[in-house]
Amino acid sequence: MKALDKALLLEIYRKMVAVRVFEETAADLFLKGQLPGFLHSYIGEEAVAAGVCAHLTPQDMITSTHRGHGHAVAKGARLDMMMAELFAKKTGYCHGKGGSMHIADLELGILGANGIVGAGVPIATGAGLAQKMRGSDRVTVAFFGDGGSNTGAFHEGVNMAAVWNLPVVFVCENNQYAESTPRGVHQKVKDIAQRAMAYDIPGVVADGMDVFDVYQKAGEAIDRARTGGGPTLVEAKTYRFLGHYVGDPQTYRSKDEVEQWKQRDPIVLFRRRALEEGKVTAPELDAIDVAIAKEMEAAVQFARESPEPEEEAALQDIFTE
Amino acid sequence: MRKITYREGVLEALREEMRRDERVFLLGEDIAEFGGSYKTTQGLLQEFGKERVRNTPISEAGIVGAALGAALMGMRPVAEIMYIDFAGIAMDQIVNQVAKVKYMFGGKAKVPLVIRTQGGTGRSSAAQHAQSLEAWWVHVPGLKVVQPSTAYDVKGLLKAAIRDDNPVFFIEHKLLYTTTSEIPEEDYTIPLGKADVKRQGSDVTIVATSRMVHLSLAAADRLAAEGIECEVVDPRTLSPLDEETILASVAKTNKLVVVCEAAPRCSFASEVAAVVAEKGFDLLDAPIQRVTSLHTPIPFAPKLEKFVTPSEDKVIAAVKKITG
Repeated sequence: MKALDKALLLEIYRKMVAVRVFEETAADLFLKGQLPGFLHSYIGEEAVAAGVCAHLTPQDMITSTHRGHGHAVAKGARLDMMMAELFAKKTGYCHGKGGSMHIADLELGILGANGIVGAGVPIATGAGLAQKMRGSDRVTVAFFGDGGSNTGAFHEGVNMAAVWNLPVVFVCENNQYAESTPRGVHQKVKDIAQRAMAYDIPGVVADGMDVFDVYQKAGEAIDRARTGGGPTLVEAKTYRFLGHYVGDPQTYRSKDEVEQWKQRDPIVLFRRRALEEGKVTAPELDAIDVAIAKEMEAAVQFARESPEPEEEAALQDIFTE
Repeated sequence: MRKITYREGVLEALREEMRRDERVFLLGEDIAEFGGSYKTTQGLLQEFGKERVRNTPISEAGIVGAALGAALMGMRPVAEIMYIDFAGIAMDQIVNQVAKVKYMFGGKAKVPLVIRTQGGTGRSSAAQHAQSLEAWWVHVPGLKVVQPSTAYDVKGLLKAAIRDDNPVFFIEHKLLYTTTSEIPEEDYTIPLGKADVKRQGSDVTIVATSRMVHLSLAAADRLAAEGIECEVVDPRTLSPLDEETILASVAKTNKLVVVCEAAPRCSFASEVAAVVAEKGFDLLDAPIQRVTSLHTPIPFAPKLEKFVTPSEDKVIAAVKKITG
């Protein structure tokens, strides 16, 4: 895997900040009543998307979840087209037809956020199957949560990828809750990575708040997939700082618990370590903060000024002509 | 011309399309060495190898989901669900994923996949192996649903379905595999969305699907002996439905009987009846009759299976009810 040189470190930081700023902006707009539908915020989990996607090119694929903005941004999606989609505008990634949970960009290998928990897993298996049949070295990453790891679709998709030895990496973002249900109530295993044994594939736990650890563990798994070594189950232990959805009163967890996890904010941890190790400077990081803030402002303006889809658009794109 | 069975129609379609386009591949349970539960993939492993004729685990959601992922990457999978009754396990992937990704992604995706399955009664397979569930998928925007009744139709329609860049849910019938048709020597496909008038007549229109086409043709022969000439219209594609052909027939006969092997509530027969009642009300001289199974699970005992499902006598009775 690529060494974490300055350029890569800055890129990882840029991605994490872009996710954070996008999500904060979106949440703010949503709470002001300016965005239809619902939003599932990725704030707190930035290290997982950024650490994994740092190993991926636009030719690699990801499948995502209902909490998919982080994956999309980390995979290279444009903030303006994402925001326009949230505003239900014609210029959005899905022309206003998909919304937050279905953002996709096939040219960037983003095979869609997904409103059905676990459903992206077998789809990733299929993408991996196509790559294997073609003899390419492209990798597919399936993101899903602790809740998703209980679905039948997860089991079927991972088992098939394992027995066919496909180039797929299964990344479980264990944020300790399936909506309002704490993990201890919905599964018995101590580490979801243990489930890898059921498929006879490697399973590894990563500290999902530490992008350096995610980068290392995901990198090994992605290298293994790329070189014909088959799938890996990577469990990143992480936490979402907001509720399941924006506006969630979060009656199911204590403020203390949230505060504790916030002490390990992935962006703060990254800054501290990257500066300590002297590979990047504070002004370089600050410059990224400024640039992202500007990009975000422009994205919101683009979204606001974009036209809505015409009504006829509702009848289009059901089938390929 | 040469004669083939419905089973051979499926097999030839698969073989020809796999030869024609290397992106076409098959996945399903027991389709490789075993050649499929209904022997519709016999010999394909030997010709195309195990990469393109893939036995899967018993994982319908995985089968359909993987087909979708492969299709999004430009492959053209034909996934088999052994019995239509098993499709429930894959419902999310079929209904929420396959049918909707192109639309939800704003048109960017292309989903050129076929899900092949079979259904229907007649072998005492009992309640979980004998259903006619086509209505479940006709109801879902974003899927094409095809239900061929003859060897000629199944071959032409399966080739067309595989060449279609959209998801097609293709429903064969377990009792039809041994039926035969004459087919031409040259390559042919049948367009999706076009009905076929299987028998011309002027006294009553019978719209029938799958095995019910044969039942209706047999009933029509008996009725002809009594001077009642039935027109039998086979939609072939249930969605998109060829309403024009059906309405043109009703314009001629002014009477409609719809024959469908499924349970009656919200059946495909109900949909045809609703369309004609809405768009062809003035054409009708009598109420529309539906001949369907009774609203029961399919029983095991052959005598009971026969009792609950449509028969020539039931079709004849429905026709006579409105032809006076």
